[in-house]
Formats: sequence, structure tokens, C-alpha cells
Amino acid sequence: MKVVIMGCGRVGGKLAGLLDIEGHNVTILDIDEYSFRRLPPEFGGTALVGNGTDEDALKKAGIEKADAFIALTQGDNRNIMACQIAKHIFNVPRVLCRTYDPLRQELFGSLGLETFSPTTIFAQMLKERLLKAKPKGEKKAK
Amino acid sequence: MYIIVVGGGQVGYYLAKALLDEGHELLVLEKDAARTAFICSDLGSVCVRGDGCEMTTLAEAGAGRADMFIAVTGEDEDNLVSCQAAKHKFNVPRTVARINNPKNETIFKKMGIDVTISSTNIIMESIEEEMPTHPLTHLLDIQEQGLEIVEIKIPPHSPAIGKTVKELPLPAGNTLSLIIRSQQKPFVPDKDTILEAEDQIIAITTPESEEALGTTLRGS
Repeated sequence: MKVVIMGCGRVGGKLAGLLDIEGHNVTILDIDEYSFRRLPPEFGGTALVGNGTDEDALKKAGIEKADAFIALTQGDNRNIMACQIAKHIFNVPRVLCRTYDPLRQELFGSLGLETFSPTTIFAQMLKERLLKAKPKGEKKAK
Repeated sequence: MYIIVVGGGQVGYYLAKALLDEGHELLVLEKDAARTAFICSDLGSVCVRGDGCEMTTLAEAGAGRADMFIAVTGEDEDNLVSCQAAKHKFNVPRTVARINNPKNETIFKKMGIDVTISSTNIIMESIEEEMPTHPLTHLLDIQEQGLEIVEIKIPPHSPAIGKTVKELPLPAGNTLSLIIRSQQKPFVPDKDTILEAEDQIIAITTPESEEALGTTLRGS
């Protein structure tokens, strides 16, 4: 599968490495070349300096032939805009969008984007962990 | 009319001033505290500090009863997202967005923003009009139909001089609508009109064929 990732932060860099190891064709975009230090040393995909909300940068990254596009920058609006460009201009079959703000995640989810809010997911996960009964056999540390 | 303006920079500030003068009810949303204070001290309490992309801010601003929503920040992604929130979450009937990168016009249109204003394009067009060497001046874009009205001046060595309109290899869908010739009244050319040097021609073309039209009338 050909995947274009926008944003080489911790999550972007990690995901790029995981997909690359499994043999997928990965291109990762970031506006700062220094971010690519987060890629694993054995990364065999393409790292490109460019702005993922710019159509020409996306074309350079091979968006026209991509099977999936994932937006993982720190800016919700940037992620949403890049995903809408990927989906509605380049017709990428699968588009995933990170949206920190739960309300924006909900709105753009209802408008047809596949959006994820790490805020909601992580808060939910922590709550479940905290309130879940401890597994049997686990004892309190002395 | 109740109008919400997102972004209190130079554009937002002068826009707010003009709209207030016209008697509209208005609210400016601005992220920066100092800028908010400045606008309030200058125009009265019409500016609230807040992010125009946050649904809670928009709800507090009364987006639900706004007649018009105008996003004029310097960031295209912020303008795109806030306009979509206004449109789809708060059903604002008319959304207007400023675009900084002209390439973004297509995605704004596709996402249903009613009016887009590309400041870069407007500046470029105004400068084009002032450039005597520029082959073709954009006078008007008819966005819905993908047409544009342009002005072209026939230079002294153009291959089109002495030819009739029907002899010209005009790109499909292009029309010469008016000729302005010195010492004469402007006239509508027909297929037998012979072009002369220094003719000013008003033509209808498309973004795809304007270059070919320029070559036909001015030579390459």
C-alpha cells in the first residue's frame, strides 16, 4: 500500500517506521527537515520537506497514486484542510485525520472525514484503567 | 444584519470599521489579547478574544443567529475550518473567506464556502493592469462558468494584423467581444473584421485557453 503521512512528530515518525517494516511504500512530509531525526535509522521510505496543505507538495509526495493519506501535524485545522484536499481534490481512497479538539473531531467526522481525537481516546482509556478492578494475582507493592 | 468577523488583523479591523459605519451589528473574534484591547478601545466593545475555530467560542458569539460569517485571518486553514463550522454547525447562510495562497481556491469552493477572496490574486491582477508588457489583462472572472473576460492589445509585429477574425486560429470557446481602436468608437467585431496593430480587444476566454489566445493575437 502507498501511504503519505503529513507531519513527522513522534506519532508520524513511529507510524512511518511501522508501516515501512511491514513493506508498505511510505512517504512522509514535514516542513522541518530536523523532524526526520525521529524516523528509525533503517527507514526505507521517502522523507520530503514540504507543506502538506500545498497541492504541489502533495503531488511531489505522490498523492495522486496514494492508497492512504494520514495527517498528524500539531494543528487541527492544518490536518483537516490537508485531509479535505487529499479526499476531495486527489480522491485518495482512505484519509485519516488527527484532530485534538473533540468538537472539531465530531463536526468534521459528521462531514465525512475519518477523524480521531487523541484527547477523547486517551482520556477514555485513562478513565477505564483507573476504574477497572485490578487483574487477579496482582498485589500491592509493599 | 448580524455579521461575525474572524481575525482582527489589518483586514479584519478595517472591515469591521466599514461594516459598523454601514450600520450592521458586528462582532470580531481575535486570538490576541493586545489586538482585542486595541480594537475595543477604537471601535467600542465589538471585539471578543477567542478562537474562531472553537465551537464553544462560536456558540457564545451567537453564530446561530448570524446572517454572515467572514473569516479573514492570515492562515488559510483557519479560515477554511471556521467557515465550515459556521456553515455546517451553526447554519450561517453566507460564509466568506479570505484566501492567501491562490492555489487553495478550489478546495474552498469544493467545501462549500460561498465566497472566496484571494488577496494575492487581486494584488497580482491590479499590478498586471499597470504593466504595459503583460500580454493579457484580467478584467473579470465568471467563476461559476469557468470563464474570464480579458483585455489584449495587438502589438506592432503580431501575426494577427491584417487577418480577419474568421482567419484567426482562436481556441475553442473563445470570443472577441469588442474592439477599441484609436480615433474610432468601440465596436463589436464580426467574422470579416480585419485586425490592426494597437487594437485593444476585449475577449471572453477560459483559464485553460488564455495562453493560446494570447499567442494567436500577439504572437509567441
